[in-house]
Amino acid sequence: MGIEQKLGDMGVITLRLEDLVNWGRTNAMWPMLFGLACCAIEMMSSQASHFDASRFGMELNRPSPRQSDLMIVAGRVSRKMAPVVRRLYDQMPEPKWVIAMGDCASCGGIFNNYAIVQGVDEIVPVDVYVAGCPPRPEALIDGFMTLHEKIRSEKLTDHA
Amino acid sequence: MIGELIKGMATTLKHMFRDPVTIQYPDIKRPPRTRFKGRHELKRYDNGLERCIGCSLCAAACPADAIFVEASENTDEQRFSPGERYASTYEINMLRCIFCGYCEDACPTQAIVLENKYELSFYDRASAIYTKEMLIVDVPVNGNPTPQAVEPGTFDKPIPDMEDPR
Repeated sequence: MGIEQKLGDMGVITLRLEDLVNWGRTNAMWPMLFGLACCAIEMMSSQASHFDASRFGMELNRPSPRQSDLMIVAGRVSRKMAPVVRRLYDQMPEPKWVIAMGDCASCGGIFNNYAIVQGVDEIVPVDVYVAGCPPRPEALIDGFMTLHEKIRSEKLTDHA
Repeated sequence: MIGELIKGMATTLKHMFRDPVTIQYPDIKRPPRTRFKGRHELKRYDNGLERCIGCSLCAAACPADAIFVEASENTDEQRFSPGERYASTYEINMLRCIFCGYCEDACPTQAIVLENKYELSFYDRASAIYTKEMLIVDVPVNGNPTPQAVEPGTFDKPIPDMEDPR
């Protein structure tokens, strides 16, 4: 798209630029306003005043995939919902990340049956899995921290 | 109208001097409630022997099929638990587990207890499977690590005596 493709040999200047870009990406990551089941209640709670996701620049839950960087799949994904989730993911601009929040989104959890997708990694690439049924808001924020760790080690060319 | 405006702004002003309710989570951790169910731990007796006797009742009680137990026989030269058998493999898939605590209720020796760790984030699904080494607690101060060599005939019961049966 832009600078990612023009970079050839990574010198000192571009490495520092990489740190700056990753810092920017970790500190203004807008999640998509998108909840599928009970995990969404805990997701809302992690954005409310007690846990306040705006401390990490995540207070804006964008109701449009075109303005969001992070998809938190909060809840079980039914087979009927799966194409919708995939479409929302495709509409998000790069760079984009996915957190599978809770057991159902991560691997189907207790719903080991034909109606539920056995993990959203069947349909979208997942970066971080958060265990819990549902995970408490602290656990989700720990998931954010884990994702931030991952982003800090990313290369600019990873998203080219 | 001015009066109402002042009244409204007074409320805003009042809240400006209050302490924020926000818990600064990664720095300050709110202690969970006593009945909170978090990540499991496999307990030991005071002498260091494992409580788990590999009966698989937890795996049978688990509604999400998250637990896998494989039992092996104890010998007096290599003793892991006071019972006849011990769990040679004990795995819990944290992404399947719904932290309901049925395994805790089903356990006859109170070997598995849901403790209060809740920070469980993984980069891939394979690392969410917790093995016995990750679940078991450290050996107590006066205990010995397992396997222990014991005098023959010390533990002759297939199931150890239950403490505080529920």
